[in-house]
Amino acid sequence: MKKFFAQAYLWLLLLLLYSPILIIAIFSFTEAKVLGNWTGFSLDLYRNLFEGGVSNAMLRSVENTLTIGILAAILSTILGSIAAIGIHNLKGRTRQAVTFVNDIPMLNPDIITGISLFLLFVGLGVTQGYTTVLLAHVTFCTPYVVLSVMPKLQQMNPNIYEAALDLGATPSQALWKVIVPQIKPGMISGFILAFTLSIDDFAVTLFTKGNQGLETLSTFIYADARKGGLTPELRPLMTVVFLVVLILLAVINIRTMKSNKNKK
Amino acid sequence: MKTFKRSYWSLPYVIFMAVFVVLPLVMVLLYAFRDGAGHFTFDNFVKFFQTKEDLNTFLYSIEIALITTVLCLLLGYPAAWILSNPKLNRSAVTVMLFILPMWINMLIRTLATVALFDFSRIPLGEGALLFGMVYNFLPFMIYPIYNTLNKMDRSYAEAAQDLGASPVKVFLKVTVPLSMPGVWSGILMVFMPTISTFAVAELLTMNKVKLFGTTIQENINNGMWNYGAALALIMLVIIGLTTLLSDSGKEVEDETGGLI
Repeated sequence: MKKFFAQAYLWLLLLLLYSPILIIAIFSFTEAKVLGNWTGFSLDLYRNLFEGGVSNAMLRSVENTLTIGILAAILSTILGSIAAIGIHNLKGRTRQAVTFVNDIPMLNPDIITGISLFLLFVGLGVTQGYTTVLLAHVTFCTPYVVLSVMPKLQQMNPNIYEAALDLGATPSQALWKVIVPQIKPGMISGFILAFTLSIDDFAVTLFTKGNQGLETLSTFIYADARKGGLTPELRPLMTVVFLVVLILLAVINIRTMKSNKNKK
Repeated sequence: MKTFKRSYWSLPYVIFMAVFVVLPLVMVLLYAFRDGAGHFTFDNFVKFFQTKEDLNTFLYSIEIALITTVLCLLLGYPAAWILSNPKLNRSAVTVMLFILPMWINMLIRTLATVALFDFSRIPLGEGALLFGMVYNFLPFMIYPIYNTLNKMDRSYAEAAQDLGASPVKVFLKVTVPLSMPGVWSGILMVFMPTISTFAVAELLTMNKVKLFGTTIQENINNGMWNYGAALALIMLVIIGLTTLLSDSGKEVEDETGGLI
């Protein structure tokens, strides 16, 4: 009986947490302009979305979101993995200081990160646009890559790198053949995490996108919502984004669980 | 010698962080303490305390953040407790379902809430604002509490039971005190983002209610960079203070780690 009430409470909360998304998903299968109006089942909104029946601005914002997400993920994975190897070999105060600064973008609220970068760019007289958004995304993604790669370095036996060198490998061979394979799972998790964070971002993008008309999906949705009433095609789009993020996160979590099991 | 050299690998990132993490925060400071002409001044802060509307928005935001935090704690603690209790819940999937919404775009979640209210024909307003906030931040409360409870040694509770404590007493005197680190970190993880949100409030209340984050954004957007920076600095101070307060409330870092 107790268990029944406990489970009922959990599922009630889950229903509360997921109901808004469910409503959007359900009404992505009907054509009505106004959400909440069911005019019969239809895949037209999805068709519009994938066959170009939507505004160019919207498509371009999706394109920007994806390219910025992929580039930010690649750049922060490279920067963060190299940094992790370096930090792993740092000691004492220096290590503490670097780790502390690495934590700042994760602890800072988005709005502070966004405004501080905005002030940096205007202060330096940089025109804001695609590049500044990309740099901003790399800034808040890299700390997470560092955090994903660090545990792999700690698990690694430090002797195998030395062994490779003793056996005649050059330092760069030892890096590619010994260290990289060991930290690869952390790099992949970091990459997926960075991509997810980047496509999810709204606040930082809003402050660093400048006024040259660059929009990502988030800022496009924001502008659209402020104009009053969402473009109907955003419903299937949000549903797809939601699914993609869910799948990516499920993948990371399953990876983490598996590697935890292997450890045990 | 070799390890010495390899530590140099952190250099590119250190330089990157100096430019894109540290320097931007210095810029906030510089702008906050300067007037339009670049002279040192406290005027921006004086202006904040003299502008009634901004001061009120600030206090109102703290109030909303506090209410949201309390609501999340009241709803989230029982959920975390049930999730961590092996007699009541065994499924790891349920736990994952609670954590996943943390990673969905806040804007999409907010618009989804607006859609839910429209669909239920409930007018938007302060009620929608609180619902949206709780909906957005509840997972951030559940997760750290769940983590602490999950790691807790169950033999304490059993010992108390064996010694004759009633279930209620066991809960109040053993479980709750032992879960306090998780509660603190949950409070922090809800209060901080709530106080700094912007855009969310206008969408949920059809521009009727404004939060402090929006005040900052509007000033920056309207070219009042110095005043905006000062407001951002005030928010940073509040957040710093909250972190310090909860740090003295116990080690936080551990509870937020683990499963993302």
